[in-house]
Amino acid sequence: MSAVNDASTILASGVRLTIPLAFAACGEYLAERAGTMNISIEAMMLGSAFTSVAAASATGSPTIGLIVGLLTGMLIGFIHGNLSHRAQINTFVVGLVLNSLVLGLTSYLISTNTFTSHQVSLLSIPGLRDIPIVGKALFNDRWPAYLLILLVPLTWWVVERSRWGLELRAVGENPHAADVTGIKVNHRRRQALLWCGTLAGLGGAYLAVGEVGSFNQNMTAGRGYIVIAAVIFGAWRLGRTMLGCLVFGLSDAMRLALPALGVTLNTQLLIAAPYLLALLAMLLFTTTQREPAALGQPFDRSSA
Amino acid sequence: MTTSTMTEQADTAAPDDDVAERLDGDWGRRALARLRVSRSGWLTVGLTVVLVVIAGGLSAALILSTGGSPSGSLHAVWTGSMANAAGWSTTLLNTAPLLLVAAGTCIAATAGTFNIGQEGQVLIGAMAGAFVGLRLSVQGPLLAVLVLVAAALGGALWAGLSALMYRYRNVNIPVSTLLMTFLAVELVDWMVSSPSILQETAQGSSGLASSVSNPLPAAGRLATTGQYPSLQLNAGLYIAVILTALTAIMLTRSRWGFRLRMMGLSPLAAKHAGVRVALLSGVALAISGAFAGLAGGVLLASPIGSNRLQSGISDNVGWDGLLVALVARNRPGVAVPVALLFGVLRAGGDFLSSTGVPYFLVDVVKSLLVLAFVAPPILIDAVLRRRASRGVVAHLPAAPATPEVAA
Repeated sequence: MSAVNDASTILASGVRLTIPLAFAACGEYLAERAGTMNISIEAMMLGSAFTSVAAASATGSPTIGLIVGLLTGMLIGFIHGNLSHRAQINTFVVGLVLNSLVLGLTSYLISTNTFTSHQVSLLSIPGLRDIPIVGKALFNDRWPAYLLILLVPLTWWVVERSRWGLELRAVGENPHAADVTGIKVNHRRRQALLWCGTLAGLGGAYLAVGEVGSFNQNMTAGRGYIVIAAVIFGAWRLGRTMLGCLVFGLSDAMRLALPALGVTLNTQLLIAAPYLLALLAMLLFTTTQREPAALGQPFDRSSA
Repeated sequence: MTTSTMTEQADTAAPDDDVAERLDGDWGRRALARLRVSRSGWLTVGLTVVLVVIAGGLSAALILSTGGSPSGSLHAVWTGSMANAAGWSTTLLNTAPLLLVAAGTCIAATAGTFNIGQEGQVLIGAMAGAFVGLRLSVQGPLLAVLVLVAAALGGALWAGLSALMYRYRNVNIPVSTLLMTFLAVELVDWMVSSPSILQETAQGSSGLASSVSNPLPAAGRLATTGQYPSLQLNAGLYIAVILTALTAIMLTRSRWGFRLRMMGLSPLAAKHAGVRVALLSGVALAISGAFAGLAGGVLLASPIGSNRLQSGISDNVGWDGLLVALVARNRPGVAVPVALLFGVLRAGGDFLSSTGVPYFLVDVVKSLLVLAFVAPPILIDAVLRRRASRGVVAHLPAAPATPEVAA
């Protein structure tokens, strides 16, 4: 019975750690399919985590915090999109600068302000939550978590089945061909980044006003990079990306839970697991062929 | 050359080509022609100044909004970094590793390889240096040399792994160097938490060892000239300046540097000219890793910290060094003043935090300044090119399609 309890606890904590990753990974997946290697996802998550707590503290409503966080992610996506796909500044440069800017800004503001704690409510589904082992993990979460049930299939449908998604993928695979057929390449990429920012913002805000209820310095602590690792691990396919998020969330949960259970496992190895697995996935499987061909390459019509 | 569009086009292309030709042989006038700033150059300078002022204004607004005093903060940064000899000593101590990382980044970027994993390479360099410094029983200053050599080799190896992954499995270089950074952090953390590897020997009343290594023996540290109240110069600074000068000369004056630049501009053209592109770009990446690793060795062996290895020893030097190279637009010569500016911000930021304003303010100022310096040339170039192409597009047939080169 105790083993079942432990498994249930670790699974529940793993799922809770997975949800913010999953939101952001939907966005990162979409942006990367459009050809943007978006490393400012860390800034999107961290910035929205901060503003959601600030807004919740100011208004007293965590739901408003969630919305403000979402808009913050969108704003960062807007800035990134315009700097890298309008002004043509290297996308990695923009990402690095945005990450460092948002980290500095949120750290500065949190050490000069104090906020009250707010958390969105728990939505527990009667009946289903009593299923052994998985019940507590899947049917006893903060309400925004259930948005994933809608968002993951929606993201898949948009990218794989809609006309907009087809154009998006064309832009990521062969921007010059897409351009010739009349698709506005940089426009599409900016749209993808806006959507990516919105979802990453939702993920960051969920982490802050959903799971934790407050903000602390460098709260996301590299979760954005884990999301990038998840998309690589998932070989730019949504299902496997989500699986990657779950694996990384569970490994994080195990790191936190195992010492209490008396099991010693190398902490550093568990923290490094996402990056290691992403690298191994790229090295061992032939998944690099599925990488969008123009990933990380800027599009400029005159440089063809 | 009567319409403004045509003049701009000539300006943006090569402003001193025709001038230099006409003045062939006249060295003095040629040098003057080189100094002539084109119209796009003036626009860039102007826009940069405007953006720097905006960045300063935003930073001041941020300080004001949290109840601080902008002039007081500026004064604190000045006091901590440049007001006296002690401040300069700290500034220059901070500048050396930044400059090393930046010079290495210039090499990789010139070759068209975008290394963003300097932070990890710095850490691995420091780790290799600590291994050699703590394990080898060598006496005298030879140990310091060995520490630095090991650090450079460690960084080169770490970056070399990314080069191999790109060569054999076509793994995106920015992605792999980024992921390897996080592996490096955990690797170093594991080593300094394992008593059998590098963790300090347990000591003190608690009997518990922290996650740091033993301090580097005195023979392994870099020498410093000067006494406290007057200016102190660490050997790391000399190493950084000499290597940066060498890099500048190699990149602009040597055959090797020419191949590297050719490859950066067009890998396909370089390949047809007989350059072994795959090998050379891998070597460039490994060299940039060696520079970053050396910076890690300097961090370990200079009095900037406690001379102990720990996972926080890199202290964002890798990321900041990368930003220095970006602001300097991959020219090692320009990287010197930029690294000094970043050194001033680091040293001043430490002093600033002792006055009660959080250090993080410096990160905000730094990021805004980077944007203010990086954006203008690209913006101006894009606008001028767009205007120029609008002017000529009616007279020219469509450009033939060229196959795309995988970057």
